[in-house]
Amino acid sequence: MKKKDIILIVLVLLLAGGLFLWRQMAGAKEGAAVRVTVNGEVYGVYSLLEPQDIVIDTELGHNLLQIRDGKAVMVEADCPDGYCRQQSSIRHNHQTIVCLPHKIVAEVVGSGTSTDEQIPDVVAK
Amino acid sequence: MKGDGETMYKKVPLYAMLVALAMIFSYVEALLPISFGVPGMKLGLANLIVVIGLYLLKPGEVLLISVLRIVLVGYLFGNGMSIVYSLAGGLLSFVLMTLLQKIKGFSMIGVSIAGGVSHNVGQLLVAALVLESGAVFYYAPVLLIAGLVTGTLIGIIAGRIVKEVKKGSRQLFD
Ligand SMILES: [Zn+2]
Repeated sequence: MKKKDIILIVLVLLLAGGLFLWRQMAGAKEGAAVRVTVNGEVYGVYSLLEPQDIVIDTELGHNLLQIRDGKAVMVEADCPDGYCRQQSSIRHNHQTIVCLPHKIVAEVVGSGTSTDEQIPDVVAK
Repeated sequence: MKGDGETMYKKVPLYAMLVALAMIFSYVEALLPISFGVPGMKLGLANLIVVIGLYLLKPGEVLLISVLRIVLVGYLFGNGMSIVYSLAGGLLSFVLMTLLQKIKGFSMIGVSIAGGVSHNVGQLLVAALVLESGAVFYYAPVLLIAGLVTGTLIGIIAGRIVKEVKKGSRQLFD
């Protein structure tokens, strides 16, 4: 191990740490909703507060995203790799479930605050 | 030219062996249930072969072995998408590792770390491009650390192997 190796390791650690902090500040709190995008375009935004089944049928295939107990998980997908069904459930801001073959991203979005503060928002509507 | 022919004759089995070894690593990796949150991403264990190659062979030869491995593995165990992932990770890490090797002052561990980290960054970039979404960068910190750890381990192992190979078969590489 040489001096430049150590510098490289420190740089990678700083970068990872910096990105992590930035991510936490952007809000690792529980999100308020899941935004589903297909091919980069918004397919729909769904509240995490109510249990629901979101069917995502496109020309690329079929997916079913399920929301239960404030968490979203991909329960059905007819994509060739099936990786999206293996991904763990999401509930915190910016966590994602990705189905690459179907070009689907489900991302938790919210005000960056707790779900309690979301309620007045819903009521206001 | 006679000398070249002889070297070639001795090196072909070595290429075949390295490609085969790299394929075994890729296969093991495909079996490992490790997920970084981004589907289809790989740890990059086959990078071990690339790192070893960089210290025993010419860069062009290493690139050939690396691309052969990716195409063969993709054809045998993967799908179209996994080839794109692997190529992005493989090429980016190859470029960065050869660069660091040229710069001097880095040991094999440093070179290997650059390879591990850039391998993961390459895959992340492809995922972001395919999905037309930056959401996958949520996993960037995890992937950077994972690249650092695998890179360090691969660098240490590669260092030992290269030392042994150089001791064992001087005539092959001199
Ligand atoms: Zn899928």
